[in-house]
Amino acid sequence: MMKNSAEVVIIGGGVVGCAIAYNLAKMGCQDVVVLEKEYLTAGATGRCGAGIRQQWGTEMNCKLSKASMDTFEVLNEMLGYPEDIELKQDGYLILAYEEKEIEQFKKNIALQNSLGIESRLIDPGEARKIVPHLNTEGLLGAAFCGRDGHANPFHVTQAYAEAAKRMGVEIYTYTECRDIEREGDRITAVVTDRGKIKTEKVVNAAGGYSDLIGAMVGLDLPVYSERHQIMVTEPVNPLQGPMVISFYHHFYCQQVPHGAFIMGQGDPNEPKGHNIGHSWQFLQELSGKITGTFPALKKLRVVRQWSGLYNITPDSQPILCEAPEVPGFYMAIGFSGHGFMIAPMTGVVMAELILGKDLSMPVHKLDLGRFDRGELVLEPSVV
Amino acid sequence: MKDDVILCFCEDLTRDEIREAIKKGATSFDELKRLIRCGMGACQGKTCEENIQREIMTITGRKREELPLPRQRPPSVGIYLEDAARGDDDEK
Ligand SMILES: Cc1cc2nc3c(=O)[nH]c(=O)nc-3n(C[C@H](O)[C@H](O)[C@H](O)COP(=O)(O)OP(=O)(O)OC[C@H]3O[C@@H](n4cnc5c(N)ncnc54)[C@H](O)[C@@H]3O)c2cc1C
Repeated sequence: MMKNSAEVVIIGGGVVGCAIAYNLAKMGCQDVVVLEKEYLTAGATGRCGAGIRQQWGTEMNCKLSKASMDTFEVLNEMLGYPEDIELKQDGYLILAYEEKEIEQFKKNIALQNSLGIESRLIDPGEARKIVPHLNTEGLLGAAFCGRDGHANPFHVTQAYAEAAKRMGVEIYTYTECRDIEREGDRITAVVTDRGKIKTEKVVNAAGGYSDLIGAMVGLDLPVYSERHQIMVTEPVNPLQGPMVISFYHHFYCQQVPHGAFIMGQGDPNEPKGHNIGHSWQFLQELSGKITGTFPALKKLRVVRQWSGLYNITPDSQPILCEAPEVPGFYMAIGFSGHGFMIAPMTGVVMAELILGKDLSMPVHKLDLGRFDRGELVLEPSVV
Repeated sequence: MKDDVILCFCEDLTRDEIREAIKKGATSFDELKRLIRCGMGACQGKTCEENIQREIMTITGRKREELPLPRQRPPSVGIYLEDAARGDDDEK
C-alpha cells in the first residue's frame, strides 16, 4: 500500500534523491516518500563514470566536491552499510596539451589550494611516474590531486537508500510522477500512476528529466539534457592508479577497483534531447584516443557500451534551491556531468533548505535566479 | 542449507548470493546486475541469464514471461580496443 500523504515527496531515485531522503530523515523529517519510475540508479547515476574529483574551477564546485569527498571517506560507517562503496583514492590526473590549458590549471590550482584541496601542477615526467603506461607525446604537463578517485555509484545509492528506509523513508520504485497539483501557488499533491500523494513539498531530483518535472508546476527551467556515451572493458590486474582525463581530447579513463577500465568521451556535436542509444562511431573514436594515449591497453577487450543523460545548465553548475515562484518546489538538478561526486553534500544542503535550517554551506549562489541576474560563474573544467 | 553452486561464472556468484540479492528487492536481471555484477562480465549474461531468471521466478513467484529481459548492449562479444579503433568487425 502506498502512503496517501507525506511531508516531502522526492521525485527521482538516483544518488541525489536518495541522499536528500537520508538527510531529511536524519534531521528529523521521516515522513518522506521517494518516487522512482524504474528502479534505483536507473538514470544517470547507474550509467555514470563514477569518478570523484575535487579539481574544479569554480568556488562552489570545489567546496561541494571537497566536503563530499570528506563524506565518501566515512560513508560506509556513517550509513552503517554492510557492504562497501568501493572508494579508491589514487587521484585524478588531468592532462594538458595546450599552453592555455596550463594557464587555466594554474588558476584552478590556486583556487583549489586556497580551499584546502591538495592539487598541484606536474611535468610530463612525473605524470609518467604516476601512470607508467601513459604516452607523454605532446603532453605539456598535468594537474594532479592524489585524494581524488572513484566510488561505486550503485552501492553509494543503495547505502543511502537502505539507511533512509531504516529511518522510515518510503521508496516506491516503478512508480512514476505524472503531475503535480496546486491550489493558488501552493503545492497540494503529487499524482502518480499508482495514486495520489498529498504533500506541500516536492523535490525535483529527476536528473535528465528535470525539465519535465519543472513543466508540471509551470516552470521553464534553464536546463537541457544531452546523451553521453561510455564503455567498459573486461577486468584485469591493477595497472592504472588515477582517473586520467583530458579536456583537450574530451575523454576520461579509469580502472575501477574491480579491475575493469571505464572510459567515456564528450561529443561537442551531440544534439540536445533524451536519447540514450549508443553508436559505433563512439566506440571507434574513443578506442582510437585510448590506444593512442595508453598504447599498453591495445589488447584490452571492450565488453559493453551504453549511455546516459547529462542534465546541463548554462554555467555547468547545479541548481540547488526552492523555486521563488512556486513555494514548496525544491530542485537539485542540472549537475552538468558531475552530480555523483557532489551528491553527499548536495543531500545535506537540500535537506537543510527544505527544513528551513541554517545551511552548513552557503549555496545561495546556485539559485535559479542567477541566470536572470546574469551572475554566472562559468565552470571551465568539464568533459 | 548452504548452496555454493556458482550460477555466474564471470563474477563467481553462488546461488545463495544471488538469492540474497533478490530477497533484498532486486527483482529483475538488470537490477541484480547493478547490485552484484552478474551479467557484467566477459559473457555479458549469456551463460548465467537463464539460471538467474529461474531464481527470480522461484523467489518472486512471477512467471517467465512476466520477467523483463536484460537490456542487450553492444558489442555482442568482447573486442580489442585496437580493433575497435580500426573499425574492424567481428569477422576479421
Ligand atoms: C556517461 C556519464 C558519465 C558520468 N560520469 C560522472 C562521473 O564520473 N562523476 C560524476 O560525479 N558524475 C558523472 N556523471 C553525472 C552523474 O551521473 C549525474 O550528475 C548524477 O548521477 C545525477 O544524479 P541524480 O540522482 O540527480 O539523477 P539520476 O541518477 O538521473 O536520477 C533521476 C531519477 O529520476 C527518475 N525519474 C525521472 N522522471 C521521473 C518521474 N516522472 N517519476 C519518477 N521518477 C522519475 C529517473 O528514472 C532516474 O532514476 C556522468 C553521467 C553520465 C551520463
